[in-house]
Order: sequence, then structure tokens, then C-alpha cells
Amino acid sequence: MTVLTTAPRKLALAPPRSRRRGAAWLKRLPLLPAMVFTIVVTQIPFVLTLWYSFQRYNLNYPNRPRQFPTVANYRAVFSDPVFRTAALNTLEFTAVPVIASVLLGLGIAILLNRRVFGRGLLRTLIISPFLVMSAAAALIWKYSILDTTFGVLNYVLRPFGVHDANWIGVHSQLTIITFLTWQWTPFMVLIILAGLQSQNEEILEAARVDGAGPWRIFRALTLPHLRMYLELGILLGSIYIVQAFDSIYLITQGGPATDTTNLPYYIYQVAFQAYDIGRASAMSVVVVVGTILIATLALRTISSIFSDDTLSRG
Amino acid sequence: MSSRTTLTLAERRSKLPVRLGLGLLTWFIVLVFFFPVFWMALTGFKTEPAANTPTPKFIFSPTLYEYQSVWWGTPGTAGLRGYLEHSIVITVLSTIVVIALALPAAYALAIRPIRKWRDVLFFFISTKMLPIVGAIIPLFIIARDLNILDTQRLLILLYSAMNLPIAVWMLRSFLLEVPISVIEAAQVDGARLPRQLRSVVIPLIMPGLAAAALLCFIFSWNEFFLAVNLTTTNGATVPIYLVGFVAPEGQFLAHLSAAATVACLPVLIAGWAAQDKLVRGLSMGAVK
Repeated sequence: MTVLTTAPRKLALAPPRSRRRGAAWLKRLPLLPAMVFTIVVTQIPFVLTLWYSFQRYNLNYPNRPRQFPTVANYRAVFSDPVFRTAALNTLEFTAVPVIASVLLGLGIAILLNRRVFGRGLLRTLIISPFLVMSAAAALIWKYSILDTTFGVLNYVLRPFGVHDANWIGVHSQLTIITFLTWQWTPFMVLIILAGLQSQNEEILEAARVDGAGPWRIFRALTLPHLRMYLELGILLGSIYIVQAFDSIYLITQGGPATDTTNLPYYIYQVAFQAYDIGRASAMSVVVVVGTILIATLALRTISSIFSDDTLSRG
Repeated sequence: MSSRTTLTLAERRSKLPVRLGLGLLTWFIVLVFFFPVFWMALTGFKTEPAANTPTPKFIFSPTLYEYQSVWWGTPGTAGLRGYLEHSIVITVLSTIVVIALALPAAYALAIRPIRKWRDVLFFFISTKMLPIVGAIIPLFIIARDLNILDTQRLLILLYSAMNLPIAVWMLRSFLLEVPISVIEAAQVDGARLPRQLRSVVIPLIMPGLAAAALLCFIFSWNEFFLAVNLTTTNGATVPIYLVGFVAPEGQFLAHLSAAATVACLPVLIAGWAAQDKLVRGLSMGAVK
């Protein structure tokens, strides 16, 4: 360690062979607690999930033999129409809110990037939906905004000829999508606004002097510059929205029937309402494998976030 | 970040009605987004009869009754206070654990990066991509067998693990900005790692530490899935108190609104106060 400390960083990457081993371990030492902690708390449960998924394991029948190994759970999962519905719903409840919130966020960020009266206050107000506890927001939406009789929305829409619409019961998917979009648009606004404000003002001004219109400047300069920020928003938004549980649990309970049941909610039902640990574990394994496949594909396409620009020093 | 207010040429060129119209549009959209939050806080100041009307009341005589009854509890129901205490203990302790683990790790990835630091960083971010449902069943069974189901300890542990990757990423990006010469100077002076961290590095990245802590606080405070599946009373956090409203009886809108407002207030205030840090934190340090 003492040898390395005085050496420039570039050299430190390739110390003399004889000292490399001990020094390398010393350098890794500060990393170990975090690594060990993360592996123990987040990775071991996944291994256990895998193990449970090959057992007949139901908490309602603690004395039944577990029959390890068995693929019965996987067979049940793949022939379960509700699982398929939940998978499709998950895709819908992720893709639509992410796309909608990115587009809305882009529009609002552009508006907020202009000189507008009270911009600081507007920024403060717009991020609020993202900050409020989603469990609290979900209940307020359910009872105070969307309720057929007492909801504000039906009151506002009455002059437009909408009478006592049952939003949660009849338009349940729209309800969930709208709620998630409302929650995540502020996040997109923040990220895209940061992107807009990091633009080089001189280049934009030069383009204007050369006679480029606002639309051409947006297409040719702003959008390419925003690419990294948009990708980041999409990536992080997807990571969180795909796991949406609070809103579904509190607003629709997955219903009516299975219209708003997504995978997290369905696994929750099978595990904690039906106590079928084996089948729920098999579903989790399928979900994790699916997520890894999609995430790998997605990360390949949107690679600019993890390029050397953002990862390396400076 | 928000201080750049000089008119660009294009804005100077555009006509006043256009500017005014876009300004009004901006205000309208933002207020629509903010309305549910405003409505929540407002309804908390109503009496139950005033809150439960088909024609929403914007003008009414405000009362603190519901906020008080949420705080102290009503006969037969517990107040929010106990849940708030749990939430505070759990968020504060888990945030401390996260920072204590993340700072040395970020140091090893940024200041004198180990070999394969890129892989390590990807490992941390990849744990955020795996759906939490995949772990909930074993977590429940392990916690049950260890007899720590429904304890604050359990949530402290899990929230620390949940937030650690973000904190490592963020702190790393802040550490990258510490001039290497400063650290080398400390190293020449013979300071060992803990002292280097304490006397040189930490003061320099204080804003980054604050941002990381803020984010851990927000995510832990609002966390729902783990809390609802692993706690009932002794470890129950504020969201669990709200779950009691899923199947309510009688008139409850004002009470619910007051409870929801109190539940959101700590994070709202913290987030409003530290907006600029939020972006950087949420983007795991990628957006400067």
C-alpha cells in the first residue's frame, strides 16, 4: 500500500509483479464489506428461490413430503393462463407508462427550460408526485380523485358530458397506467431538464444565427444531445415501474378479475394468499430469467449510458 | 442549474402572445400534476362531512381535528406516531449502514480503482435490475425461521441492501471529482485509509454524501412491498398504517388525507429542499 500510494494512478494499475498480489488485496479490502453484504442479502435468496421452485412446498401442508426435485411447478406455471395474462399486463404496465412519461417529461422539460414566470416554484411543484409515498398517493387517487361519487375527476368532467364514470371498476388498466405515468413523469422532467440545461448555449445561438428554425435545432442538436438522458430515464424508469406493486395492491387489487394483475402482484397472491411457495418460486425464477434476458438486450441497445464517457474519470 | 435566465435570441424573437400562451400552458400542466398532492393536504383540513360531498368543496372552515386525531390516534385505533417512530429508526439506521459500507467501496472503485472495477460496478447495478419478488419468498421464510419477522432489524437490513448499489454508484461519481493530487498529498503524509477518508475525502464530497443519504432516506421511507409482506405491528412502517384504509368503514376521506399528508411530508420537504441533488442521485451519478 505504501509503495502504491506515492505512485501515479496510471502506474498503480500495474505494480511490480512481486508486490501485485498483496497490494491488490489491500486495495480490494474496502470493497469487501459492501460486496459480502450485497451477496448475502440479495443473492442468497435468489438461490433459495431456485431451490424451492423444484419442490412441492405449500405452507398450508407443512407435513406433506416436498418431493425434491420436481418440475411440477414449472409445468403449472407454463400452463397457467393467469401467468400469461400477468406477463402481458406487466409488459403493458411498463412500456406504456415509460413511453408516456418520457414524452410528457420531454414536453414539460422543454416548457420549463424557457423563461417562464415562477420557474423555481413550478419545478418544485412538478417533482412532488415523484416524492410522495406511492401508497399514500394511490389511496388518495382511489378515494379522493377517481371515486365514482366523491371523486374530483368526475366533478371536473361533468360539464363535458361524463356522468359518474366508474374509473377503477371499468377503466382499471387506464387507471393504473395513468397513475404510474403521473408518478414517473416528474422523474423524467428532472433528468431531461438536466440534459437541456447542460446544452452548449453558444452552439445553439450559432445555429440560430445561421438561420436554423426551432424544429431543426431540436432535431439536429437538442435531441442527439438528450439521447443519453432519455436512455437513462427509460432504463431507470423501467427498472422501477416493472416492479409496480403498491398502486395495484391498493387501487385495483389486480382486478376486475385479472385485468390489472401484473407479475409482482400475482406472485404475491400465490405466495402469500395461496401459500404455494413452490409455484410462486417457479414463477419468480421465470420472471428473473426473463428480466435478465430483456435487460441484457436493452443494455446492448442503449449503451451510451455505460460508455467510457460516464464511467471513467472526469 | 436553474439560474440561467437570460433570454435566448429565439425567445426574444418570439411574440409576446406566444410567450404568454406557453407560460400559461406550463402553469396549467404543472398544476394538474400537482393537484392530487394539493387536494390531499387540503382535504386533511376538512371535517368528514365536508370532505364527503359529491361536489368538492374548495371553500370551508379549516380544522386541525383530523391532523390531531391522526397524530394521537382515536379511541380504538392507534395513531400514526408509533409507525412514524418505526419509519424514522429504520430509515436513519439503514442510511447509516449504507453510507458506512458504500463509502469505502466507492473509494476502492474510484480513487485507486481495483482491476475489474467495471465488473464490480455492473454487479452492483445488476442487483437493482432483479425483481424483488424473486427474493421475497426466501426472505420471508428465512426471517420466520430466524424469528426476525416483523422486526425493525429486518427492514434495516433489507433497506440497506436495497439502497447500497445506488449509494456506491453515486459516491463513486462524486469521488471521481476529488482531485487526485489532494489524496496523494494525504497519502504522502502517511495517512492510512480511514484517516484519509475522514480528514480529506469526506469534507470534499460532503454534498455527494448528503445526496446519497437523501436518496436512501426517500426510498426507505416510501418502501412498500417488503414492509407489507414482512411486517405487521412491531416493525410496521408508515405505509402499513395507510394499508388499514384499504377496506374502510364509514366516512374516512378527511382522516385518510390527513394521514397521507403526514406520511408524505418528511420526504416532500427533504426533496424540495435538495432538488438539485435529487437528479444526480436518481441518475446514480450519471447526470452531473
